[in-house]
Amino acid sequence: MIRLTRRYRFSASHRLHARQLSEAENRELYGKCSNPYGHGHDYLLEVGVRGPVEERSGQVADVSALDRLVGCEVIRAFDHRNLNQDVPEFASLVPTTENLALEVERRLRRNWSAVFPGEWPRLDRIRIRETKRNIFEIP
Amino acid sequence: MLITRRVEFSASHVCHSPGLSDQENRALYGESANPHGHGHNYAVEVSLEGRPDPVTGMVFDLKRLKEVLNREVVGPMDHRFLNYEVPPFDRVVPTTENLAIEIWKRLAPHLNSPAARLHSVRVYETEDLYVEYFGEDQ
Repeated sequence: MIRLTRRYRFSASHRLHARQLSEAENRELYGKCSNPYGHGHDYLLEVGVRGPVEERSGQVADVSALDRLVGCEVIRAFDHRNLNQDVPEFASLVPTTENLALEVERRLRRNWSAVFPGEWPRLDRIRIRETKRNIFEIP
Repeated sequence: MLITRRVEFSASHVCHSPGLSDQENRALYGESANPHGHGHNYAVEVSLEGRPDPVTGMVFDLKRLKEVLNREVVGPMDHRFLNYEVPPFDRVVPTTENLAIEIWKRLAPHLNSPAARLHSVRVYETEDLYVEYFGEDQ
């Protein structure tokens, strides 16, 4: 088995603000990430796929097919967007990078079998670097 | 505990499977099938797994690891055309996947000791594309 990981970048703004909490509680919990007009990051996304190396091609996955899937499902939806306002899923869900990673996983799984119809490759890992100091991973 | 050593080498390759027509190769590998090849600055991260020796405090002697990496990987592959100069890539397509497997095969016999074993070989073809191989069993 081989794991192939591809890196992608997108820049987006967000505001961390939970509807269920008061202004004071949001301020206490999220600090400056709760500032009302939001702020942005240059996100670095790693998508890892796992599978056996196909003998004929010497490859575990068609990287250009993966690029198209991630491009359509993730980059086009998130890049240069306001996550809270432009991505419907984050209208009611706080766009923390934890939730962002789960949403990336959901979007990729949703169309995975259309792009990769066989048993392999499988989606293996999602890792998002929000800043150089904050990294979130679904192993 | 994992310990990792990184080395870099620059090499050229062409991705062309002899079992496929030129058109099929072009469809599969895109620009990587251009007949005269192209190059990358590869980076290889080799991780060993083990416990620190109670006397030396080391999982594996990193000087020795460096020597093995230079002898088995950097020496034979740096500034070479992989398809023409580095077996088995005269027969095996030098994709990043196959490169990781080949590097594992070259390293494994020299790195296993009672205290440590080869855990993974990670090969970066570019900053944005890397593969990891964990051995046949994984």
